[in-house]
Amino acid sequence: MRLAMRNRAFFFFSLIMPLAFLFGYAGLFRRFGGEAMLFVLPMVLALTVMGTFWGLSVQLVTFREQGILRRFRVTPVGASAMLGSSLISNYFLTLPTIVIEFYISRSLFHMAGLGNLLSVFILVTIGIVTFASLGLIVASVTNTMQETQIINQIIWFVFLFISGATIPFPMLPRMVQKVAVYLPATYLVSGLQRAMIERTNLSQLGAYLASLIGCALIAFIISAQLFRWEPEAKVPRQAKLWAVAAIIPFLLLGVWENFNGDLQKHAMNNLQTIREPYTLERIEH
Amino acid sequence: MLSGATIEVNNLTKRYGDVEALRGVSFAVNEGEVFGLLGPNGAGKTSTVEILEGLRTPDSGSVSVCGLDPQSSGAEFKYAIGAALQATALPDKMRVEEALDLFGSFYPRHRSTKDLLKRFGLEDKRSAFYAKLSGGQKQRLALAMALVNDPQVVFLDEPTAGLDPQVRHEVYGIIEELKKDKKTVLITTHYIEEAERICDRVAIVDHGKVIALGTPRELKQRSGAVTRISVRLAKPETNGALSSLEGVAECRTEADDYLLYSTRVPRTIVALVKHLEEQNNELVSLEISAPSLEDIFLELTGRRLRD
Repeated sequence: MRLAMRNRAFFFFSLIMPLAFLFGYAGLFRRFGGEAMLFVLPMVLALTVMGTFWGLSVQLVTFREQGILRRFRVTPVGASAMLGSSLISNYFLTLPTIVIEFYISRSLFHMAGLGNLLSVFILVTIGIVTFASLGLIVASVTNTMQETQIINQIIWFVFLFISGATIPFPMLPRMVQKVAVYLPATYLVSGLQRAMIERTNLSQLGAYLASLIGCALIAFIISAQLFRWEPEAKVPRQAKLWAVAAIIPFLLLGVWENFNGDLQKHAMNNLQTIREPYTLERIEH
Repeated sequence: MLSGATIEVNNLTKRYGDVEALRGVSFAVNEGEVFGLLGPNGAGKTSTVEILEGLRTPDSGSVSVCGLDPQSSGAEFKYAIGAALQATALPDKMRVEEALDLFGSFYPRHRSTKDLLKRFGLEDKRSAFYAKLSGGQKQRLALAMALVNDPQVVFLDEPTAGLDPQVRHEVYGIIEELKKDKKTVLITTHYIEEAERICDRVAIVDHGKVIALGTPRELKQRSGAVTRISVRLAKPETNGALSSLEGVAECRTEADDYLLYSTRVPRTIVALVKHLEEQNNELVSLEISAPSLEDIFLELTGRRLRD
């Protein structure tokens, strides 16, 4: 089984590497640079991590439609091995991009400090697994490429604009914020920002980590159950409902957040830091 | 269960929506046999094979391969079989040797990629991308992949479809070798010559049912052991005159030929010559053909196999 996973990873490297690269860069250069990097980089990191959501689902559906998965079905490889190997290979593909983003932030944009690297690393790792798994659920539940694209787009936009990855959280209207705390993406962004700016360590991020991990596990298990090898096999209605179950941990967290307002506070603080270091630098010169 | 047959198929039925693909298919394959499912497109051959491979479930009936049920036996079953599907698809950018390595890695025991490349003549294509292979090469790769785990039972669905005669010849060679290795092979095909040539036994399938089963020889004999003699004459004769010749069971006309179906060929020929002399007629050409499975099919269904 291990062998199977390694082999797939090897093969993906020669194919999709350029694409992952491209994505990272695009995200990076869209940013207005400067001393605000500590705030901005996490957003880019989050984007990169969430990018895994796309790659996996499209790949899987393509393979299924082309009849490639079918041939695998004759072999002893099971659904979970297929999914697992996709995840692992995706992970190793995304990591270099992350490293490069860090490097560029540091050297080109003079980011101040590196934040709590361990926290960042763990968040990124779990984040990739979570979002890739969510992508896999979509892939398992949709029937055609078109359907997959559409659903992906919708979810993607939601993640993008509401979580704080593009528009900083405090700048979002209050109503939107209330909804945002139910999304996994929000916690990823927030967690990364806190790790970088406040240098929070792992224990403080416990709730975030737990829900991300919980979500990843549930998503993985569900997508393994729903896994389809053939393009003709249709998905029963209930299956689609199961998919939503993956969001449960975040529903819980969202409710809690709305009462506590913790995330809000941190986000606000972190946003302020953009202005401060700027003025400090000015004075120094 | 007790018969010890390697592959057993009992009364399979399967429908896809309105279409009844299988209407009670039954047969058994013994160890080391090369068994053919011969029939036109849509006869139900692929459905049967896919049920045997575990890719589809029958609506009713049962199958067993090496005593195992494809659906419920899990990994043990998959280790024992190899299959080349009717349409094999692999990622475009996958290299040949990667494909063999990858599929080999799924099994506890597998043949070395090097061996397989050599045996299937793919050595100089080892690093080529799948998309760049020719039809014949892709087919050879599919065969190699089917054998990567050295399975006991091999399923080949239309293995030579669309291949050049030369490549086809090579494939037959490989199947012969499989036989020597005592593998059990099940082939589906719509090529009669193929079935006649490489199969030990053949089941003729049409519209979801097995309409004949036996060795190619048995099947041909079953057609009443008639040999077809096609003659072309200088002057037309009446059918009645020809069909009363010795040994002639039936006489038909087809274009300019008279087709005499005879059970006693030498006598018929002698009688024919005598008759023609008497009638002052001349023999323009004469052709004798042993009955083929095509004839059997025609006889059983009233249609040609090749459409």
